[in-house]
Amino acid sequence: MSRFGRTEALLAISAAALLAFSPLLPKWALFLVTVALAKGLVVLGLLLLMRAGLVSFGQGLYYAAGAYAAGIAGQMLRISDAAAVVALAAVASCAVAAVVGGLLATYRGIFFAMLSLAFSMILYGLLVKTSALGSTDGFNVAIGTVAGVRLPGASARTGLFALTVGLVFLAALGAHRFLGSHLGRLAPAVRDNELRVEYLGASVRGVVYLNYLLAAGLSGIGGALAGLAVGHIDPEMAYWTTSGEFVFVAILSGSGSVAAPFAGAIAFEVLRSFAYEYSPNTWQLVVGLAMLLVILFLPSGLWSLFTRWRRAR
Amino acid sequence: MAVVIDGLIYASWLFLIAVGLTLIYGVMRILNMAHGSLYALGAYAAASLAGWWLSAGHAPLASYALLVAAAVAVGLVAGPLIERGVLRFSYGRDEIVLVLVTYALFLVLEDVIKLIWGVDPYFVSGPYGLLGSFEVGSLSYPVYNLLLVGAAALAGSALAWALRATRRGKMLLAVIHDREMAAALGIDVGRVYLVTFTMGAMLAALGGALTAPTVSVVPGMGVEVIVLAFAVVVIGGLGSPQGAALGALIVGLVRSAAVHFLPEVELFSIYLVMALVLLVRPRGLFSAPEARRI
Amino acid sequence: MAAVLETVGLTKTFGALAAASDISVRVEEDSVLGLIGGNGAGKTTFLNLITGYLKPTGGRIVYRGREITALSPRQVTHLGICRSFQIPQVFDSLTVIENLLVGTGIAGRALEDRTGAQAAADALLARFHLTAHRLELAGVLPEGIRKLLDIALALVTKPALLLLDEPTSGVSAEEKFALMDLVLGAIRNERVTVLFVEHDMDIVRRYAHRILAFHEGRVIADGPPAEVLASAEVRRLIVGEEPRPAAARG
Repeated sequence: MSRFGRTEALLAISAAALLAFSPLLPKWALFLVTVALAKGLVVLGLLLLMRAGLVSFGQGLYYAAGAYAAGIAGQMLRISDAAAVVALAAVASCAVAAVVGGLLATYRGIFFAMLSLAFSMILYGLLVKTSALGSTDGFNVAIGTVAGVRLPGASARTGLFALTVGLVFLAALGAHRFLGSHLGRLAPAVRDNELRVEYLGASVRGVVYLNYLLAAGLSGIGGALAGLAVGHIDPEMAYWTTSGEFVFVAILSGSGSVAAPFAGAIAFEVLRSFAYEYSPNTWQLVVGLAMLLVILFLPSGLWSLFTRWRRAR
Repeated sequence: MAVVIDGLIYASWLFLIAVGLTLIYGVMRILNMAHGSLYALGAYAAASLAGWWLSAGHAPLASYALLVAAAVAVGLVAGPLIERGVLRFSYGRDEIVLVLVTYALFLVLEDVIKLIWGVDPYFVSGPYGLLGSFEVGSLSYPVYNLLLVGAAALAGSALAWALRATRRGKMLLAVIHDREMAAALGIDVGRVYLVTFTMGAMLAALGGALTAPTVSVVPGMGVEVIVLAFAVVVIGGLGSPQGAALGALIVGLVRSAAVHFLPEVELFSIYLVMALVLLVRPRGLFSAPEARRI
Repeated sequence: MAAVLETVGLTKTFGALAAASDISVRVEEDSVLGLIGGNGAGKTTFLNLITGYLKPTGGRIVYRGREITALSPRQVTHLGICRSFQIPQVFDSLTVIENLLVGTGIAGRALEDRTGAQAAADALLARFHLTAHRLELAGVLPEGIRKLLDIALALVTKPALLLLDEPTSGVSAEEKFALMDLVLGAIRNERVTVLFVEHDMDIVRRYAHRILAFHEGRVIADGPPAEVLASAEVRRLIVGEEPRPAAARG
């Protein structure tokens, strides 16, 4: 039943390598990779949606929801185990997605993109107005234990890193399996011809809803991990420009394999740190130009980026 | 009464930022995410131009004309540059691809603004207080706000007239209705696109230019605009200028009512209206019916 | 023989336009019905109504004794009614085999048999002579092959009632008969009832057991081909033949 193919091997080796080398990495590198991998989870979710033909400009909703769920669990429910709060974040995100997705699943194209943006801005507005959560300042979060193991001081960071790598490995593996499955194959079908999907007996709405829930869960986990890594969460995570960043990384990463979003996210974070140091007022310019080049020079359109995954023989 | 006046003022502002967006979508099927950047460009250009004029000691009343002139200039420069230089290469592709292109443009323009004008705020409050204020009951409003309402009304009616009564305008309407058919009838769709985008850019810039005297002009002032503009446009129906007017009016009045009676929901009033409208009319108030596909 | 499909007073109006008027038809199992009529006569509307794409404004549709008037295309497909389209509805960015796998995957879930999806797709591929095109993207296929794929997709869930909307339109004259032979041959051993819309009278004459002639939303003739195609009204309104003048007949 379990086929251990090339991708699974690549993922396992990458995860093992990351874990093995973590003691050797300087603090800033460990931090950067943790945050990048967390954001990579959001991008993975985005790619699942894009495969179904939907571009979400509102993943920030779940990124923030997950982060705040983790933060609230820590501050108010006194749950300080990183693994536990991340799990809670996933549940919270999926719960929100279950409702929001119900409305959004009716829309496509521009409407879907902009409505998802609007919803994330609603959360932004809510967070800004809530002084109990620190309004625009947000609040700090700390790591207590990681999966039950108490790690003092700096090793807490390593523990979070290990947790992140583990979750990313599971997510990538799961995504790989999903994409090769029958359900996974329905997404590009929905993108290409909804009418035909319905006439074959499957529910288009169901496919969209499922992928939306998966993307939301991944984004929530990513948000919680990122929040814990940075040690601080604020409403900016829900602002539409944060969501836009994820979209950019998704476009840049494409979908050569399920590892692509993570490689892309790491590359993005590295580039960003350097660009900010040398010229903070041109970073967006560079990102924008890069995006234009990618879009305009793609040989067979944007969607070719997202169809190369798991070609059937 | 105060609710209505406040509502009208806010509605006018909303209309100015939304009508350009809906026009561009209607004709070109592009949701211009860089709309806020054009708005900001208008504000900065207006602040610079009017600011220079006033500090050089020239006639203060002429500064209003300069605000408008700045907006027109931004439209005439940025419009064709963007349309011919970038957008043109993506026509015919998926709508969402064009959204991504305009999003990339938004990123570029935000930094271009910083490169040209720096990161410090600009102030050009002269025109705001120049005309004094008028009293309604116990409240006083700057006359400038009336100017805003007037500008919106003028822009709206001018657009309506231009679309219906001029030959160019009717061509625009034809393209809105059916691009392929319009092209088959010999209408230069490429030229129509250029004109439309330029007009849309001008209208966005006008919104920014007229707002400049009322705020401090800072980087990032256009970022929020796209969200509001989109909400208004969605309520009215994508591509319908009348829809933008009606949507702006509804949102303006609702928000004003919220500010006066229930301040906590002020930020969401616009989304609430949007959600309610979409529940009843999923494509907005003035939306075109869709033809059978099979 | 049992009636697999029956419509009673089926009507569909769009404002003042009657796309379908009071259509009452009984279709016997295992038969092949040809639907003819000019453009806009209501043939495709009839198919759209049966499959639930359009909701009728009046009348009923009964399939195997069961009321299906208000059902959606998805539900109708599950009950065993499938269709192909005038413009082939396939998945352009997927390869031919992937197209079929989407279909057999969905069918497999319905029949609770997952492992058979690949085998079923391969079998369909072979049966429709599409093996040479296995790894080609559906979007770049020639029209005739796209039509075949569209029809193959219609057979994925093993329907009892197959609706074909202009199966040979856009196909070259030489290939029309080959296509119809192929399709009808693929279902020969199963008890599948076929309704097909056609403009080509040769095809209709050759393959239909019975013909329904549509005109302005109504069925104006219903019977065996020889009878219907000889009717003066049908010849005038649909086939387009002028009655020959007396002099030429001599």
